Amino acid sequence: MSPEYMKEAILYLQDGAAFRGHVLGQTGETAGEAVFNTAMTGYQEILTDPSYTGQIVVMTYPLIGNTGVNNDDVESDKIHVKGFVAKEFCRRPSNWRATKSLTEYLNKNKIMAMEGVDTRALTRHLRVAGAMKAIISTQDFDPKSLQAKLDALPSMEGADLVREVTTPKKYVWKAKGPRRYKIAAIDCGIKWNILRIFADLGCETHVFPATATIKDILAIKPDGLFLSNGPGDPAVVTHVIDTVKQSIGKLPVFGICLGNQILGLALGAKTYKLKFGHHGANHPVKDLEGQRIGITSQNHGFCVDTKSLDPAQAEVIHTNLNDHTSEGLRHKKFPVFSIQYHPEASPGPHDARYLFKQFIDTIDANKTHA
Amino acid sequence: MPKRTDLKKILIIGAGPIVIGQACEFDYSGSQACKALKEEGFSVVLVNSNPATIMTDPGLADATYIEPLTPEFLEYIIRKERPDAILPTLGGQTGLNLAMQLYEQGILEKYGVQMLGAKHDVIKKAEDRSEFKQAVLKVGLDVPKSVFAHNLQEAKKAVETIGFPCIVRPSFTLGGTGGGIAPDMEEFERVAALGIASSMIREILIEESIEGWKEYELEVMRDAADNVVIICSIENMDPLGVHTGDSITVAPAQTLTDVEYQKMRDAAIRLIREIGVETGGSNIQFAVHPQNGRMVVIEMNPRVSRSSALASKATGFPIAKFAAKLAVGYTLDEIQNDITRETPACFEPTIDYCVVKIPRFTFEKFPEAKDILGVQMKSVGETMAIGRTFKEALQKGLMGLEIDHAGLDNKQDHRYIEDEKIRLRLKEPNASRVFYLKYALQKGMTVDEVAALSRIDVWFIDQIAQILELEDEIKAAVTAGGTLSPSLLRRAKENGFSDAQLAEMTDRSEKDVRALRKELGIVATFKLVDTCAAEFEAYTPYYYSTYETEDEALLNEQKRLAQEGPKKKIMILGGGPNRIGQGIEFDYCCCHASFALKDMGFETIMVNSNPETVSTDYDTSDRLYFEPLTFEDVMNVVDVEKPDGVIVQFGGQTPLNLARRLQQAGVPIIGTSVDSIDLAENRERFAALINELKIDQPANACATTKEETLAAAGSIGYPVLVRPSYVLGGRAMRIVYDEGFLKEFLDEVHSVSRGHPVLIDKFLEDAQEVDVDAIADGKDVYVAGIMEHIENAGIHSGDSACVLPPHTLSESVVAVIKDHTVRLAKVLNVVGLLNIQFAVKGSRVYVLEVNPRASRTAPFVSKATGVPLAKVAAQIMAGKKLGDFDLPDPGKLKYVCVKESVLPFSRFSGVDIILGPEMKSTGEVMGIAPAFGVAFAKSQICAGQALPQVGSVFISVNEADKRQVACVARKLEGLGFKLFATKGTAEVLRADGIAVTVADKHDEGENNALTLLKKDEINLIINTPSGSKSQSDMRVLRAAAILHNIPCITTLQGAWAAVNGIEASIKDEFTVESLQNLYRRVGATHRVARTAAGAG
Repeated sequence: MSPEYMKEAILYLQDGAAFRGHVLGQTGETAGEAVFNTAMTGYQEILTDPSYTGQIVVMTYPLIGNTGVNNDDVESDKIHVKGFVAKEFCRRPSNWRATKSLTEYLNKNKIMAMEGVDTRALTRHLRVAGAMKAIISTQDFDPKSLQAKLDALPSMEGADLVREVTTPKKYVWKAKGPRRYKIAAIDCGIKWNILRIFADLGCETHVFPATATIKDILAIKPDGLFLSNGPGDPAVVTHVIDTVKQSIGKLPVFGICLGNQILGLALGAKTYKLKFGHHGANHPVKDLEGQRIGITSQNHGFCVDTKSLDPAQAEVIHTNLNDHTSEGLRHKKFPVFSIQYHPEASPGPHDARYLFKQFIDTIDANKTHA
Repeated sequence: MPKRTDLKKILIIGAGPIVIGQACEFDYSGSQACKALKEEGFSVVLVNSNPATIMTDPGLADATYIEPLTPEFLEYIIRKERPDAILPTLGGQTGLNLAMQLYEQGILEKYGVQMLGAKHDVIKKAEDRSEFKQAVLKVGLDVPKSVFAHNLQEAKKAVETIGFPCIVRPSFTLGGTGGGIAPDMEEFERVAALGIASSMIREILIEESIEGWKEYELEVMRDAADNVVIICSIENMDPLGVHTGDSITVAPAQTLTDVEYQKMRDAAIRLIREIGVETGGSNIQFAVHPQNGRMVVIEMNPRVSRSSALASKATGFPIAKFAAKLAVGYTLDEIQNDITRETPACFEPTIDYCVVKIPRFTFEKFPEAKDILGVQMKSVGETMAIGRTFKEALQKGLMGLEIDHAGLDNKQDHRYIEDEKIRLRLKEPNASRVFYLKYALQKGMTVDEVAALSRIDVWFIDQIAQILELEDEIKAAVTAGGTLSPSLLRRAKENGFSDAQLAEMTDRSEKDVRALRKELGIVATFKLVDTCAAEFEAYTPYYYSTYETEDEALLNEQKRLAQEGPKKKIMILGGGPNRIGQGIEFDYCCCHASFALKDMGFETIMVNSNPETVSTDYDTSDRLYFEPLTFEDVMNVVDVEKPDGVIVQFGGQTPLNLARRLQQAGVPIIGTSVDSIDLAENRERFAALINELKIDQPANACATTKEETLAAAGSIGYPVLVRPSYVLGGRAMRIVYDEGFLKEFLDEVHSVSRGHPVLIDKFLEDAQEVDVDAIADGKDVYVAGIMEHIENAGIHSGDSACVLPPHTLSESVVAVIKDHTVRLAKVLNVVGLLNIQFAVKGSRVYVLEVNPRASRTAPFVSKATGVPLAKVAAQIMAGKKLGDFDLPDPGKLKYVCVKESVLPFSRFSGVDIILGPEMKSTGEVMGIAPAFGVAFAKSQICAGQALPQVGSVFISVNEADKRQVACVARKLEGLGFKLFATKGTAEVLRADGIAVTVADKHDEGENNALTLLKKDEINLIINTPSGSKSQSDMRVLRAAAILHNIPCITTLQGAWAAVNGIEASIKDEFTVESLQNLYRRVGATHRVARTAAGAG
């Protein structure tokens, strides 16, 4: 692409650091929390993952868009990132399933995408200074004015973004083949691959808005309750926390990501914001129960503080081998557990997919008991 | 699981000589393994036949054996050392095959030796095509349609169900030897026969052709707790049909969606579990149909491989080192990632750059062979380049390849290439296809047309189109306004355009381009290779250059300065990609320089672009810059590091070629001065110097035009040796017997030397050639080794077998050689290493050439004498004196060492195996024994051409050799051999009373040599070629000898040595001895006081 078509852009960070590059098509201004993702594949899944709501995602792998986009590899019905940053976006993709280029896709969806950025320098900066608010602009290059815009932007801590992404009303995702289980899922921004996996396992999933009450959920007589992933600060999603509190002991519960944090909060623990979060597809996690290590897909900025967990009530069942943060919880008495990372992958390795089966086993065991 | 405590002593098998398909990557992996196991407190026994390896350094193992890699010799070693276990997965296919033989012959069981990493049945399951296929299908994966055959009849029947084109793959071979694609029945019969013959178990697989599919590789590791991680994915730019070693490859995979990548990852994990590789690394290859995504498994290597070395360098994850630790019981989560120090090795590296590997071919060495690529590997080396984009990495890689291309440049003007030729060069994979992709686009072909013709993925073609578009933009800007705008220049640099390329495009000097961009602040920045895309702080100083905003090398240097204060730094320039004439020997010297200088307290900085090497292990030097060895790239590193000294004399011709420009740019080159190097290499200056010293040299002249050359040759008198100056490995060097031949040849010579003069020397017939390696400190000289060549002068020293100490030279001749060496070293003011080639005719000693740099023989001499030449030389270059060392007298060895070269002829069908002044060997081996005969016999076994002890010998010699052939034949007769000879030779032998059967030449009569050979009735061939005409007569026979693995000796001196060797191997028992023991004996009895002159 020659320079006439490339509009110069600035990525300005809350701490005053700035990076230059240019945008692909969509011009203007966009702001959000800048996070970096170290996955080398799966940008389409990342773009459509509701958990990235409110975030500008920086890809550390420099060549993004090589396989274009297709109709299948989506995790929701739209792009959720606020902005997308890479070293170089591919102009001519190649993949047998590709239907259009990433550039076309981003432009059509009016997503500001910035390339030509020293993304490694940017990543190093975020690693040291932590994830922070950022703004991409093609119209304003004045640091003072950009700073003012960022200052006015709400912080990720305390942000209830679930309401932005949850389904407005309940819907059903059918089982593949005969229905063997009925799952109730609280949608805080659920990734479709979770629903696909449930479907493969014979589950019919009833996806509830985050505002659903325990009564709504129990009304459909589900075999288990699933707490989905989602964006933002878990501590402010109080309604869901309450619902979960009430479900414990009544239903087998399985949570992923935000669902894990919400379960932690429901069990009385605290959550805290990680410096720059875990966003990638190569994190080693040890399953302390099965003594197995899996390479996992991760995407979280908040974490359950294990010290605040009541040891009589719950225990940590998975731990991250890189920074030893908690990656999963289990209730000591009831069939309730949750995982901080993404066993549904998409993108990322499938090593932890067995956890879905574990949930189904829990349901089976619960049925036998009941 | 912690380290196993039931094991004390572990045997590691190396990969033997460098051959096509098995290069120094196994020195890298083996050295890592040795270090890792020693670090864990194990006693390590190492065996390798290749003396030019770091792994055979006596410090790396507790007992180091340079012995033949055969079950027989391994049993000697096992009996002597009694190891508890053997680690077979680090020595390439050679190591793996050998371990299998040891198991199958019951040797491992007999001595209670366990196999670590992968057990016998596991290896068999992965290597045996039929078992492997079953395993793949069992875990629900797909394979190409295929059928096995064990003879030609079976094969012909089987191919009916597969159809053409089909692929023939022999079971149990090295690097695809003997495989091929067959488009029709005729070619199929040929390839199938070859394949059956080259298979260790006489088995071939006939397979559905998946030619043109996309090819991928995954590097997988597994530990004893069944944790599996993928270290790296690699995508081949060349689609299936080209051996992966000959493909341009890219890491990570570029054109897979996450869905497809994860499918491949799952498949790899399932497969490594099913095959049952307990611990360590494996490489699994996949093919993906470009239009429908069907994925099939191609093959698996249950060991570290060339690709795993590449993956280690591409990611920073040391696969071999960790494989060794996993083999002794550790699990991945118990091993720390060296780079981050905080995170465990149990993870999958993620990278934030693009890696491109480009193979290095040497078809110019084998003009009879076509540069067409197929399933059999033909490249001799490779270079790797790292960039932030593919375009940058590709162009850097082409610079690093040292094939005289300044990136993806316009070496040929596309306007003068016919369309038909371009189409052919796109369709038929070949060594220069990457350039033709560009020429095709320049000619106006579309990206899709080029992709369709080449079957290279459109993604790659479009990347090349982008390079071309930028080039056009630059050219247009120059045409329009003369100068480049800063933003355009920056974009050019970001896209990997070299200064040289930009200079050519903008019609100015490279120096001006450099000055311009420095003025504009467009300078290279260095980024860290850290396994984690900057997610964690990294401590390993492994850098690559790119054009970005932040320079981590500079930041780290500033930090280091603030914390530790200034330190003296020495930078070592490596040798770049392996090629014939410049290989592992130079890497060995570079590594040694780094080790020795580190010991002296210097900070060492390595610059190299060869991923196979030990020098590009981030552990070798204090800092590693993975960069092409060009003036531009080296200067970029110099600008950041500001070294106190730069060593150019260890990396072969590559860094030497840069010496003058670096010096002119103010770079402090240490050791022998650039002017002295020039004095030695500039023939005119050198001839004058030799005259002044009153030392004999063959009559010689120097010419720059065709006329001058012909006149000079005439006055010197034929035969003459003609060659261009400034080349290594005897490129385009020929012995010329008459003027007609000389005329014919001059065009090529001129094209090679690129303006450098042509050298003409009187060729000394029947002279004895001698190589000397010495070290000098500017004052004293240490003659480290005198090697007597077995073949006469005229055979390139790199191809000749040689013996140390000399076994036929008289004391007076040796004295003259030493005297000349000392005088030459002094007059050239050599500081560091020096290699001189002499020719001895009668009692006269002629100097052929002087190389004031590391020689190819330096590692051999080091291993033979126990004196680490490169280490000593490096320390001397950094300020020490010879007097600071306690060096033994190498003339007093109590054993004999023979170096033999290993030739790649079996790879290039149609190429004759005759040796000449142009170097053709890829590797070397060493035989050590108390006496010459046994040492020679061992060296032949090492080289894979074991001499027979019984049977028949076929003799056919040229006129000149007929005088002396009788002595050889009589001795053979005495040893019980039956003799066959061609008519002429037979007459001479009969005249001497030797019984001999006449065998006709290959195409004459019934009882011809070729038939005898095919019936296994000949066990040794002695065939010295005469004049160029009759040479071709015997070609077919020599080619057949290679095919049937029958030793074929092409010089009479070689025949003499062989007879000696046969006699010794019949009469004497072979023994083995570790280097440590040999040196101990030398040390005890022969450590001499330093003489005043230091001449030893």
